[in-house]
Amino acid sequence: MEHFALWLAAFLTLGIISFLYKDNPWYKLSEAIFVGVSAGYWVVILFWDNFYGKFWLNKGDDPTLWVGAILGLLMILRLAPKIGWISRWPLAFIVGATGGLWLMNYFSSNIMVQVQATILPLFSTGFGTGFDASFGQIIGNLVIFVGTFTGLVYFFFSKEHTGAFGKTARVGIFFIMITFGASFGYTVMSRMSLLIGRIDFLLGDWLGLIK
Amino acid sequence: MKRQVPLFITFFVGTLLILSVFIPPMENLGENFTLFFDIIAVFAFFLGGGNLLRVHFKKLSKKKRDWQYSIVTICGFFFMLAAGLFKIGNPGDIASSVTAEGSLFQTIYTNMFVPLGSTMYALLGFFVASASYRAFRAKNREATILLIAAFIILLGRTPFGTMLTVWIPDSMSIAQIPNLAIWIMNSFNLAGQRAILIGIGLGVVSMSLRLILGVERTYLGDDSA
Repeated sequence: MEHFALWLAAFLTLGIISFLYKDNPWYKLSEAIFVGVSAGYWVVILFWDNFYGKFWLNKGDDPTLWVGAILGLLMILRLAPKIGWISRWPLAFIVGATGGLWLMNYFSSNIMVQVQATILPLFSTGFGTGFDASFGQIIGNLVIFVGTFTGLVYFFFSKEHTGAFGKTARVGIFFIMITFGASFGYTVMSRMSLLIGRIDFLLGDWLGLIK
Repeated sequence: MKRQVPLFITFFVGTLLILSVFIPPMENLGENFTLFFDIIAVFAFFLGGGNLLRVHFKKLSKKKRDWQYSIVTICGFFFMLAAGLFKIGNPGDIASSVTAEGSLFQTIYTNMFVPLGSTMYALLGFFVASASYRAFRAKNREATILLIAAFIILLGRTPFGTMLTVWIPDSMSIAQIPNLAIWIMNSFNLAGQRAILIGIGLGVVSMSLRLILGVERTYLGDDSA
């Protein structure tokens, strides 16, 4: 069984990699398996974790959980063409609750916390400690302050980007570009580490060429 | 009825959750509602699974192009569903975890789901490299900056980057590529990320208000539904 599983994993891995040559039946087969298996996987996980674990086992202790279950059932009504519009109710619940939760959470974590973290003394390591920051720290603080401010100016589209405002926005673009470059570098590295992992599996676990 | 009730539900639930932050007896409301989300998500996934079957059975019945692969998808779906819902091969009884070591569900996960998923993502590495070759030609100042930043970060995370600048003395350590990469991440990148995060925060706040107040109604679709 273990050997079969290993060969199956290798077969599917090579099937996906074969797409680098061109779209072919081996890749299509692997892709079709992936779609079916992953859909089944998530349905099962959510059934046992959320439905059984969070609802079924606790429905006696907490009757309010029935609200979630009833809303979930209403969502299924989407399959009935004549009364499908009722499925908008759970959707409206999700939209309203997400809006209410996110409004407060994002305001706190993305706006207040980030602004607070940016408003720092430029020439000292803390408030009331005098001019004790090193040259490198001062440069770093200035970069963060200028970068955040000009980046925000760039994202302000209610005013035309001309004159001093436009020049400030232009500086912001440079910071945004560096951020995109860094994010891109990280993304490539993460994909490469996944690829190395698969090659390691093929040459090590499967073929035994790497010990 | 078709539009007014959902708009009222959105307004009521959204307002209730905003108020719950300020009223101590209601502060757990957010957690309760998150629990409801989790339960609703199960039904949404059932709906998604049903839709997947509908699409593939339709493809199969009409013998559309590549219909044979739909059989594989449907079989894969039911196979995984049976393995997980009936806990086939689980070492414990029905109360044991579905992901218990040795179960058929876990075996499929380890030997099919994980290899397929990670290879699919690894494949993106090639496409990202090929797309970046085309997009990253230093055509203007902005593209050049992006290219240099990405290049330094990439080099800084590899032993080759360390090897290239190991000869630079410690007094000039900032010029060593790994240190330069860290400095870019902690200053320039941080500043840009903060601007983006604050922008996203403002966007989410305004969109949430639009939804709660019923200005944004596109999620309701059209009345023919």
